[in-house]
Amino acid sequence: MQTEELRLDGNAAGGVLRELFVQDMTAALGTCAGCGATGPVATLLEYGHGMGIVLRCPTCDTPVLRIVRTTGLLRVDLSGIRFLSIPSTIDE
Amino acid sequence: MADKPFIARGFHGRRAAAPPGRLPPGQYETRDFPVLSAGPTPHTSLTAWDFTIRGADDASPSVRWSWDELQALPHETPTVDIHCVTKWSKFDTKWEGVSVDTLLDAARAAGVANGAFVLAYCDGGYTTNLPLADVTGGKAWVAFGYDGAPLAPEHGGPARLLVPHLYFWKSAKWVRGLTLLPNDEPGFWEQLGYHDRGDPWREQRYRGDP
Amino acid sequence: MNEAIGESVATPPRLEWQVASVVSVTQETPRARTLVLAVPRWAGHRAGQHVDLRLVAEDGYQAQRSYSIASAPADGMVALTVERLDDGEVSPYLCDVVQPGDGVELRGPIGGYFVWEPAQRGPLFLVAGGSGIVPLMAMLRQRGRADVAARAQVPVRLLYSARTLDDVIYRAELEQLADASQAEVVLTLTRQAPPGWSGYHRRVDRTMLEAVSWPSSDEPNVYVCGPTSLVESVATLLVELGHAASRVRTERFGPTG
Repeated sequence: MQTEELRLDGNAAGGVLRELFVQDMTAALGTCAGCGATGPVATLLEYGHGMGIVLRCPTCDTPVLRIVRTTGLLRVDLSGIRFLSIPSTIDE
Repeated sequence: MADKPFIARGFHGRRAAAPPGRLPPGQYETRDFPVLSAGPTPHTSLTAWDFTIRGADDASPSVRWSWDELQALPHETPTVDIHCVTKWSKFDTKWEGVSVDTLLDAARAAGVANGAFVLAYCDGGYTTNLPLADVTGGKAWVAFGYDGAPLAPEHGGPARLLVPHLYFWKSAKWVRGLTLLPNDEPGFWEQLGYHDRGDPWREQRYRGDP
Repeated sequence: MNEAIGESVATPPRLEWQVASVVSVTQETPRARTLVLAVPRWAGHRAGQHVDLRLVAEDGYQAQRSYSIASAPADGMVALTVERLDDGEVSPYLCDVVQPGDGVELRGPIGGYFVWEPAQRGPLFLVAGGSGIVPLMAMLRQRGRADVAARAQVPVRLLYSARTLDDVIYRAELEQLADASQAEVVLTLTRQAPPGWSGYHRRVDRTMLEAVSWPSSDEPNVYVCGPTSLVESVATLLVELGHAASRVRTERFGPTG
């Protein structure tokens, strides 16, 4: 089996991200704290099936978002995201 | 709903029965070798590869082995059961590597500052922390062979840590060295709530588990 | 939060696990099966979205996967098409064990990036690998429900890579779309091709993409879904061919099943 085949993307994290955010986050634009690249959360590369979710920057591989579910807690490390812009669903 | 999951009729997963006493609690046996990675597979050439043991203090000396120097050390061929925290266990896996005792003896002789904990560090940025007592006394190896062949990159080749009596995330893939630390310092998964020790027989999956 | 603002916010409902019941099952190919589900609380979905599906065994063992929705939003039901992966543990259950009347836990719909809306004008270019056809089928079905004038605004082409002709999911429906000139459908078979097969018989490559896709100057909206290796090579090639990366939307499927 090729390891590369185990790489998914931020689309797959859409469900768990809705436990953190009211709105869909896959279309949100995230800026990597490592290299400054900006792109949709859906295009981040997802690793770490089973133990937790690790979303890495497709440009520099920095882990921008890490999520682990432990007993009674959802633990989230957002330190790799410098900035998020979230498409608004507010009617104005 | 989230508190009381719905039982799916006739769902058992792909778990097989295993001999009693051999599976830690909550584990099931697999005959595959599942690949779990927290990042892309690094490809470090053997000429660029080395393994270093260093102290926490910058003033401490360090010891370094090139690939050839590591290969020249006495090899051991442990056959062990491995247990992944994602609940699969695999029996009788056959490895080839150098005992961590051998490396730590050399480090002590070279005057590397001792510590009660180690932090393994790896190509790709992965880290994991272990008590020193769990990588000494014939319990841990730097492994570069699996099942009679060089360790494949997806399983951590050229070399990984092998600490089979702890959950397998402690057996860091693509390992490049150990830092000896006076105090425990959480690694990649431990920062996110995984257990600092990770004994499968005590089900030490998450921080706070007994 | 300010209450006045709170009332004007179209807040999506909290995403909760719920038990959906299986209404019907249809074998699509020897390895793929469609489950039609009745979902008690369903606010509707957009073409391209998926659901998370969770199976819990008697002893508490759990397995969770994501599956794309195959039905169009207006179809009034939720259909998932699942490809059976032999060494998987969720897809064999869904393909072999589940019967009408059974329940499965799911949450959804999920996703706001890999979605297509009829309001997006311009050509629609879809590239599928294997069961990556599923979310793209929802787009084709949604477009098929639009009126003639709206469809004329969105010419659509599908490039679909499958192992063999028998592995082509929704084959009859795709043939109908092509026969009715509703969509251009191009198949490529990566393993066995039937005798007399005149279509492509290789993996998707640069030459094939150049021949099948609209030129980048036509600014097609591109959706690529399939195994990671296919998605990454196709997306890279399309960008090399001049398509703006922002118009090439991708979704990778995993092998864990």
